[in-house]
Amino acid sequence: MTLEEKVKTIICETLSRGAEEVTPAADFINDLGADSLDLAELVMKIEDEFKDNMAGESIPEEDVASLKSLGAIVEYLKSKGVPAEL
Amino acid sequence: MSTAIVTGSARGIGRAICEKLAKDGVENIVVCDVKAEWCEETVEAVKALGANAIAMEINVADGASIEAGVDAIIKQFGAIDICVNNAGITRDGLLMRMTEEDWDSVLDINLKGAFLMTKAVSRNMLRARKGSIINIASVVGLMGNAGQCNYSASKGGLVALTKSAARELGARGVRVNAVAPGFIKSKMTDVLTDDVKNRMLSVIPMGKFGEVEDVANAVAFLASDAAAYITGQVISVNGGMLMP
Repeated sequence: MTLEEKVKTIICETLSRGAEEVTPAADFINDLGADSLDLAELVMKIEDEFKDNMAGESIPEEDVASLKSLGAIVEYLKSKGVPAEL
Repeated sequence: MSTAIVTGSARGIGRAICEKLAKDGVENIVVCDVKAEWCEETVEAVKALGANAIAMEINVADGASIEAGVDAIIKQFGAIDICVNNAGITRDGLLMRMTEEDWDSVLDINLKGAFLMTKAVSRNMLRARKGSIINIASVVGLMGNAGQCNYSASKGGLVALTKSAARELGARGVRVNAVAPGFIKSKMTDVLTDDVKNRMLSVIPMGKFGEVEDVANAVAFLASDAAAYITGQVISVNGGMLMP
């Protein structure tokens, strides 16, 4: 499974959206109807899933604001050293 | 399977809450206090009622201590369904003579402790789409009390924390409520002089002090599915001492 597929699965589950809607550029709030609690939950799940890659650190609040789409999360995780192929 | 954590439950109201939850069929009860050995009596009492109980050392003023404790509970039991923020201390004194340290220690344990606990358990509850958090406030948090600026501020803060957390978490099925005890017989109130006690009695319509079980009953109700549509509320258990 690729990193993008894994993150996409988490997003689909958390926001209750179909895979076809969750495109790399789709904005969680404007395009997918997420609210702030959805985003907090999403970040939580991403943290749990990839905690081994981030040395158990949580994602800093200043970084959370930039995580607006599937593509943004994938790029962020790659920058933290998560491999593109899991 | 249901699991509850009750802070400050070595004795008094916290212990009564643990026992009542056990009687009501909560399977796992985590008894926590500042020292694990203080919890033994409560643990034994809960076990005698047929529930599983473990003692846990948690300093609620310390986020790291809470995180470690909550992680251990999730690992052992898989979830936390009920969280009762009961830990509290008093450092009474007149405002003019109250030290900054007296203020900070009371706010740290009574208010910040509940915030940190709520934060730690809400993660798991949000995911489970259910959970009940109950904060033990106080009648003085609603009406104020001379000599207790720190304590009453912490308890009033708990009421506001309860309401805000209820608004944030409600959409995910997590309920947050408070119980505001009035004058309850416990070690915390045993130390008061007869004069003070008599003055308190004169303003209680029911003419008597409450028992720790009275508070525990209200907590158990809010923890249960019988309160499934109740969130953001404060239930006063005060014999009519204050009627908001």
